[in-house]
Amino acid sequence: MSAVEFRGVRLQLGERCILADTDLSVRDGEFIGVLGPNGAGKTTLMRAILGLIEPAAGAIRVLDRPVLRGNPAVGYMPQVRSLAARHRLSGWSFVASAAQGHRWGLPRLDAAARRDVSWALEQVGAEPLAKRLLAELSGGERQRLLLAQALLGRPRLLLLDEPLISLDPPHQRAVVELARHIQRELAITVLFSAHELNPLLDVIDRVLYLGNRQAALGTVDEVITGPSLSRLYGAEIEVVRLKGRVFVLSGGLEVERDEHRHA
Amino acid sequence: MLEYEFMRHAFGAAAVVAVVAACGGYFLVLRGQTFAGHALAHVGFAGATGAVLIGVSPLWGFLATTVSGGIGMGLLGERLEGRDVAIGIILALSLGLGLLFLHFYTAFAAQATTLLFGNLLGVDAGTLDILAILAAGSLAALAIISRPLLFATLQPELAEAKGVSLRGVSVMFLAIVAVATAECAQIVGVLLVFALMIAPAAAAQRLTSRIAPGVLLAMALALADAWGGLVLAYYTDWPSSFWITALGGLTYLAASLAPR
Ligand SMILES: Nc1ncnc2c1ncn2[C@@H]1O[C@H](COP(=O)(O)OP(=O)(O)OP(=O)(O)O)[C@@H](O)[C@H]1O
Ligand SMILES: [Mg+2]
Repeated sequence: MSAVEFRGVRLQLGERCILADTDLSVRDGEFIGVLGPNGAGKTTLMRAILGLIEPAAGAIRVLDRPVLRGNPAVGYMPQVRSLAARHRLSGWSFVASAAQGHRWGLPRLDAAARRDVSWALEQVGAEPLAKRLLAELSGGERQRLLLAQALLGRPRLLLLDEPLISLDPPHQRAVVELARHIQRELAITVLFSAHELNPLLDVIDRVLYLGNRQAALGTVDEVITGPSLSRLYGAEIEVVRLKGRVFVLSGGLEVERDEHRHA
Repeated sequence: MLEYEFMRHAFGAAAVVAVVAACGGYFLVLRGQTFAGHALAHVGFAGATGAVLIGVSPLWGFLATTVSGGIGMGLLGERLEGRDVAIGIILALSLGLGLLFLHFYTAFAAQATTLLFGNLLGVDAGTLDILAILAAGSLAALAIISRPLLFATLQPELAEAKGVSLRGVSVMFLAIVAVATAECAQIVGVLLVFALMIAPAAAAQRLTSRIAPGVLLAMALALADAWGGLVLAYYTDWPSSFWITALGGLTYLAASLAPR
């Protein structure tokens, strides 16, 4: 069974082609690191899996069904989260707003929905954050609430778009480990996008590397190589391994690092 | 005070309008769209004066322009962002147009003051009925959309992925706000809508971090401001709109200073 399947998929935004003629298949229960430079199309790919962008060609299947917008089996943590910081609402109110939030009517939660919210908060260890004000949480704490929100409804496929942004290395590690723990515990598939490979190196089953309108899906050893990345970057790339870490260099400079620092 | 019929009408109208304004205002504050209410009121001024000129009740002219303005704002959506100059010019133009319409109308001064600053003591039984029906309609509509509206407000990208139409929700919400603005303008006038719509809602959000209590508190504060303003106006003979804005400002100030 496959969690995500692309058959000859072409993704276009306006006139711009983001992904050309791509075939790929993510197996059920895999933890996939989605990598690629800024603008490579990581967010676009996730939005296509969510059914928010219709492929210009080809077909996408999600959990062995044609892609469907609003699929309750797919959880999503979006990349753009600037808004969340402004609200003077409690963590609980914020997370709960997403529980069956697409239905009409008053935002009252029944007992089952409240249990779902508690369960999701517990999964990410965010129970102590439920009473605190969103505006007064740190970036890492807010990230936990967003992850809890993505878990509502117990999805079988989880799309996490850049959960590591603006976190320092210890918090990055905590989020990566949390995501891995949840993925194992619930036996679900996770697509985890990031700018840097190294924080994910120990936990991912395979990488999906995007660049130059192409995609490469495989193990780190298969994909993170000079020739394969040179094709994706459209430039000469060298891969250096040092003390269990991987460095991707172009003309002697590390390509993954600085461009993402302020992202 | 309550032995006068006009005072009973005024209390009724103030209650009806305060409740609708506070509910709409709560979501406006949450969405960071507080100036939408202000802007719609300005646009409504042109409609109201135009209606007066052709012999129609200003409320209908007001409603027609605010509702179409609200729907337009919802449809344009993010394309309005960062367009403060264009928006400001449209608002100025609306007031200017309203002034021109009034120029052709003979009872110029009284009508202008009423539209700009409201006249709570001038509400008759017929108007009160209309206000109540409009309020019930917009509250019902708001109740129906409130769940997806809240979701779309707090997590637009996720809401979209879960099947909420962001644009649809936004258009419906702004149409409801347009009705609430028109109602509000009957009480405090075009220029002071902010005081009744936004001040209590913003104060409530500073005082509670939960949503249902927040909406209820916003309603209670708005009601207290409106009725308090009315009572003070009765005893001082100063304009009720002044007292309502003053109490709104005080409420917000007190809420900002309140310890948490
Ligand atoms: N509406 C649009 N029309 C045309 N091009 C667009 C549109 N929106 C985004 N793009 C382009 O699509 C490309 C892919 O964007 P996307 O957000 O998917 O990249 P990303 O890999 O997520 O980047 P980042 O690392 O910065 O998050 C970018 O080059 C972007 O400029
Ligand atoms: Mg992105």
